[in-house]
Amino acid sequence: MRLELVRRPQHSALFSALSPFIALFLTLIAGAILFTILGKNPLAALYSYFVEPLTEVWSIHELLIKAAPLILIAVGLSVCFLSNNWNIGAEGQFIAGGIAGSILPIVFPDFQGWYVLPLMLLLGMAGGAAYATIPAFLKVRFNTNEILTSLMLVYVAQLFLDWLVRGPWRNPQGYNFPETIQFNASAILPEIWTASGRAHWGFILAVLAAFAVWFTLSRTLSGFEIKVFGRSARAGRFAGFSAGKLTFFAFLISGALAGLAGIAEVSGAVGQLRTSISPGYGFTAIIVAFLGRLNPLGIVAAGLVLALTYLGGEAAQISLGVSEKSARIFQGIMLFFILASDTLIYYRIRIVSRLGDAAAKGA
Amino acid sequence: MTMFEAIVLTIATAATPLLIAALGELIVERSGVLNLGVEGMMIMGAVSGFAAAQMTGSAWLGLVAAVLAGAAFSLLFGFLTLTLATNQVATGLALTLLGLGASAMIGESFVGLPGVRMESIYIQGLTDFPYIGKILFGQDPIFYLSILLTIGVAWFLFKTRAGLTLRSVGDNHASAHALGVPVIRIRYLAVLFGGACAGLAGAQLSLVYVPQWVENMSSGRGWIALALVVFASWRPWRILAGAYLFGAVTIGQLHAQALGIGVPSQLMSALPYLATIIVLVLISRNKRLTLINTPTSLGKAFVPDR
Repeated sequence: MRLELVRRPQHSALFSALSPFIALFLTLIAGAILFTILGKNPLAALYSYFVEPLTEVWSIHELLIKAAPLILIAVGLSVCFLSNNWNIGAEGQFIAGGIAGSILPIVFPDFQGWYVLPLMLLLGMAGGAAYATIPAFLKVRFNTNEILTSLMLVYVAQLFLDWLVRGPWRNPQGYNFPETIQFNASAILPEIWTASGRAHWGFILAVLAAFAVWFTLSRTLSGFEIKVFGRSARAGRFAGFSAGKLTFFAFLISGALAGLAGIAEVSGAVGQLRTSISPGYGFTAIIVAFLGRLNPLGIVAAGLVLALTYLGGEAAQISLGVSEKSARIFQGIMLFFILASDTLIYYRIRIVSRLGDAAAKGA
Repeated sequence: MTMFEAIVLTIATAATPLLIAALGELIVERSGVLNLGVEGMMIMGAVSGFAAAQMTGSAWLGLVAAVLAGAAFSLLFGFLTLTLATNQVATGLALTLLGLGASAMIGESFVGLPGVRMESIYIQGLTDFPYIGKILFGQDPIFYLSILLTIGVAWFLFKTRAGLTLRSVGDNHASAHALGVPVIRIRYLAVLFGGACAGLAGAQLSLVYVPQWVENMSSGRGWIALALVVFASWRPWRILAGAYLFGAVTIGQLHAQALGIGVPSQLMSALPYLATIIVLVLISRNKRLTLINTPTSLGKAFVPDR
């Protein structure tokens, strides 16, 4: 018995819409099997993973806090992936943005006022964008594979942050802890609704960014260029679009959004720089982008789902004693199922038995 | 042991996992498949190898477990990209993400436990040669395997009919298919080989390099191996040279850190990654050279029209 793919004459609109849900459903089943193997009640485990975090107000705030960077980064990545630019170094651009935005509150703590926060956000975007320009430039100028260069730059950014926080930017009054000083009040991204909980404006920024990019992609010429290049670079060149410019554009947008995510996380959720500021948001956002089918509005929903897996992991560790690292397995499996389900959009799957095979050969 | 011998030995230890993983990926890419999951398969090999060796007390069983784990894990990638024709870049990333997550969870109970070190083999008599004796004949078994593997891969690719078939699949899968070559089956075998090699490279990390389990202990080596394949323009002996170059950079920066030359240690640790970028730029700026050597079907899904 084996599987055979039969190309559909036209891609299936039905499976286009259904594939993320099929993937989520299969992920839940795989999760149930995983928990059964670990000797836990699968229903209780799935409950504490995917329902429990939604039953309390404070934990919905945590959900928004975790969804904000995922959505921001993934929206930028969708521009890259749609145009066939494989930026997988968003984690590095996130860190670069976090560092650049923190220059004001750490180096100039006396500089205070309403204008500090907007400047920080702009600096964060500039930092992320500048860092993303490196792989874009190397790709356009030297034809260097952007997957490898953008990824290598993640490690460089992590080490640079580590050096800053342990070295020149360490809080002199911090008892030698590897932390910077706490940001002053004017450098903290405010909460959306303080009376209710600690979710900050990062989430609002993420939704706004998603709408802006959705508009660009679906209603403007540059959006059209991006999609043409993604489908066929040859067609794009014939139409007179510049591949180099587009690569820069895609990397700049996604770098800026990852940088914005970085400074929003540092300023809104942490309030200082530490040696590590991300539990892998830059990589998880790749899954968010695909689950959202590279559509910025879909990505908002997908970001909430993946944020839920982070919270679910913590909940499952507390209530079931399952390691919170199970969340990363969930996320990884989910991407597999998303990619597999996407096959259904372009192909019908036929199961061929050995018998039928032999008959076909005889005929 | 002299300082010279010690340094060359440690360079070999740092180079070996890169060499093995890159040789595996070389075969995969020569068959036209781009598997970006090397890092994930390597870390799965590292954790499986460590766990098996820790539980049985035998480093050799650890090695076998690592190879099997790497190969089994690569099948997941194979099923998606070859049978379901999914995007290879995204699927490879998925493999890496899943591998890093799964290994972290599997390895959680092994953190801090003493590992089993794979002992070096000293070939009696030959190790007494001045200078090169201990370097060539006093190494761990995986080092010897890596050298044999280089010779084997070079011979297979360019001196055997099967190697020619593999390259033809990578250069033009449609023509190969028209000639009756089983494209998908050959690619499955190549992907499995790549997985086994990445698993072995992982075993080297957790059984020889540092016999313990640390989360994310592959720290980008799978990605550097991928870069090495490009750097070597898809040729096995250049992979050997590249791996040792990177081994030398890694060890060099460690020695420089130990000497305390006043440069922050983090900057020194970033050197192998920066070196990877520089080397990639130097190689790829020559567009003609890259075009000649890149397998033409690399990264493209193949679905036969029936």
